[in-house]
Amino acid sequence: MTIHRRQFLKAGAAIAGAMPFARVLPALAASDTLVAVTGQTINSLDLHRTGTNRASYQVAINCYDRLITFGTKTLPDGSLSFDYSKLEPELAESWSVSDDGLTITFKLKPNAIFWDGSKVTAEDVKWSFDRAVSVGGFPSTQMKAGGLVRPDQFTAVDDETFVIALDRPSKLSLPDLAVPVPFIINSKVAKAQASAEDPWATEYLHTTPAGSGAYKVARWDPGQQLVYERFDGWTSGPLPKVRRIILREVPSPATRRALIERGDVHVSFDIPDKDAAELSEKVKVHSTPIANTIHVVGLNYDFEPFQDANVRKAVAYAIPYKEIFETAAYGRGAPLWGETEEIAGTEWPRKSPYVHDMEKAKELLAASAYPDGFEVPLSISTDLASWMEPTALLIQESLGKLGIKTEIEKIPGANWRTAVLVEKRLPLHLENFGGWLDTPDYYFFWAYLEGNLFNSSNYRNEEIEALTAETLHMAQDDPEYAPKIRRMFEIAMEDIPRIPLYQPALNVAINGADGYEFWFHRQLDIRTLTGAES
Amino acid sequence: MARRSAAIAGRIAQAIPVVIGVVVISFLLTRALPGDPAVQFAGAAATPESIEEVRRSLGLDKPLPEQFVIYVGQLLEGDLGRSVSTGRPVATELAARLPASLELTLSALLLSCLIAVPLGVLAATRPGSLVDQFCRVLVTAGVSLPTFFTGIVLIYVFYYLLGIAPSPLGRLDFIYVDPPHVTGFFLIDAAFDADLETWLGALKQLILPAITLALFTLAPIARMTRAAMLAALSADYIRTARAAGLAPATVLYAYAFRNALLPVVTTLGMVFSFVLGANVLVEKVFAWPGIGSFAVEALVVSDYAAVQGFVLAMALLFVFLNLLIDLSYSVIDPRFGTSSK
Repeated sequence: MTIHRRQFLKAGAAIAGAMPFARVLPALAASDTLVAVTGQTINSLDLHRTGTNRASYQVAINCYDRLITFGTKTLPDGSLSFDYSKLEPELAESWSVSDDGLTITFKLKPNAIFWDGSKVTAEDVKWSFDRAVSVGGFPSTQMKAGGLVRPDQFTAVDDETFVIALDRPSKLSLPDLAVPVPFIINSKVAKAQASAEDPWATEYLHTTPAGSGAYKVARWDPGQQLVYERFDGWTSGPLPKVRRIILREVPSPATRRALIERGDVHVSFDIPDKDAAELSEKVKVHSTPIANTIHVVGLNYDFEPFQDANVRKAVAYAIPYKEIFETAAYGRGAPLWGETEEIAGTEWPRKSPYVHDMEKAKELLAASAYPDGFEVPLSISTDLASWMEPTALLIQESLGKLGIKTEIEKIPGANWRTAVLVEKRLPLHLENFGGWLDTPDYYFFWAYLEGNLFNSSNYRNEEIEALTAETLHMAQDDPEYAPKIRRMFEIAMEDIPRIPLYQPALNVAINGADGYEFWFHRQLDIRTLTGAES
Repeated sequence: MARRSAAIAGRIAQAIPVVIGVVVISFLLTRALPGDPAVQFAGAAATPESIEEVRRSLGLDKPLPEQFVIYVGQLLEGDLGRSVSTGRPVATELAARLPASLELTLSALLLSCLIAVPLGVLAATRPGSLVDQFCRVLVTAGVSLPTFFTGIVLIYVFYYLLGIAPSPLGRLDFIYVDPPHVTGFFLIDAAFDADLETWLGALKQLILPAITLALFTLAPIARMTRAAMLAALSADYIRTARAAGLAPATVLYAYAFRNALLPVVTTLGMVFSFVLGANVLVEKVFAWPGIGSFAVEALVVSDYAAVQGFVLAMALLFVFLNLLIDLSYSVIDPRFGTSSK
């Protein structure tokens, strides 16, 4: 994994031609090396390991291939984004779904090779899928979403034919193969490192990826940097233009901002909304609303006043949406309030029918069982204070005018998930959920079904339960699909256990590079990056 | 001499209960932290079953006393456990990161001593003079400016506006490669390697964060030097020395300064321990891969082994440091270890 120091220097010198390095590299960087900075720490090179954090998912994307991937579309502002509606081949050359929808057969590309030169076989695919459904934790949960639960569902028929047997047909199965989780590992390398207590070679793959992806890891200094080097034998897509990409971890946003403004780095990934708003005048900033993700105010049904529909609606009308969007998000992302038209499409996230209207809020509260208001803590996480704190303050002020007294309760980041999602014990709180599989029913599955993780409101509605179960696996072009989804929207907005605020944005500043593509997984896909257009 | 060795051995023996206490307290405190590591590490879309699975695999389903016994057993084998968040043994993590913090802290302390001690001496010999006033201003500024603020201002001025400082990207700019690992101190390792390019690169990266920390540590050292020198200069033995007609320089350095050194060294020890813990903000600002940021990350995700390892390493470091200071007394003060002290 670590290249020897002398080799590295030699490789550098070969391109640079002459010393001193310090002056040569910036000039050379334009075409050959890109430098990106991020505030997050990459803590593992193996997404399947317990404890691997979100920032580390990018290794699964850049260094490993999946069978298939999503297509690319151009957004109105000219930037690139993944396209959920288009599935494209990555390692698989083609695939077919049986008429009953229960069997998916993949044909692998015959010329696909791993970094060590060995052929990518269906056996490798099977081993990797077995691993993803067996290791438990997050990867197995994500595989389950696509109906992939047990190793006996996967068969390697021959070197280039891989078959998945499903228990029931689902529209989520194929897209679920394009998310970061089901990546294909070089099973020969991994098995050689596996042991009785570590049958899936998690120890080895944690620090040493073994894949067929566009980039190899040339160097990983945990907590500092990750150096990607292009794999010239990559066959799963057009060969990336940039030979080497250095990703540095810089925790302080102020420092990251100075670096990108000075032009010493080319990409600053996931910057705060405030910096994005201010930097956009100086460098190129992509702010893409994150697919299937909504910042919401959660009203917990376990708290008596919120069982009253009039109270919930009063709160929804008392929220100063516009001010929140401008103060907490600096106008980045997409507003999610004030829908006036009838529900027509099945797009999600969609605007709620609520607006900031204190008169209406007062009327509704007067009609409720709590005309004089009540007291309730408003809980936020210290880790997410950048958007939660201003939002909470604005809500507190506004609810105060209704007589609903709130005290802002800041919960330490380490305790937040337990309190809000596992114990679901916060009466009034701010929350956020984004689903990787970009359909409304998938969002509803996680956030509106009783007992499911992101239903922090303890909401239960029989019709929603039934509709979600019916639509979750239904094809989107099924004639029954759209009406059912619209009915779900209707109920969710009427019952309003989660009040949508806005769709947050992923902000990426680019200076001297191009080809950035937004992905639902919110990680940097380096494969499309190029040097600056010149 | 025997007395002195006995005193030193006594000092070492005193450290043992401290270390045992630290082991117990750090274990209990990490368990008392809010947050459930199993939830944290089960990931974004964890179901209750997968959380339980993670809890079992981390050994957190066992009762506390059993966990403690396992932990102590591992410790006795020199195993600090494995950090879940980084997936590496805690000992490896600490070994990788401690030198970075130490290099920064020691450089800053050296820098601040080089300025603060002469300044304190000058201020004490000329009370009320311009030097004394300057010393006061510097000391006030030093304590009242938070380190992250000084750091950001320095970056803004010297990197962003003037462009003379290198990119604040940690210990080495990305064009260099770490020197071969000997001590973990880049300046020393690069010097061993006779690699001037890397040595200069490491030095350049070190300058701004070291100045930031030095500004912060200047204050107590300068204050203490000034106060100790004032006390020494007004002592009887100085009057006697002066009356005996000794040269002013001899009086100042051989008599007053040597006596003033004891409290200064004590302060230095305290400042060092304090700064090593407090430089996490500087590490964040300068993307310095030190032990502080590691500990904070570990705390945020309730990574028990990492937090315990950090606390234990710090405790051992302080015990060692105090020992070192005590031993330095024995060099400075000939009465060390004798009952007449």
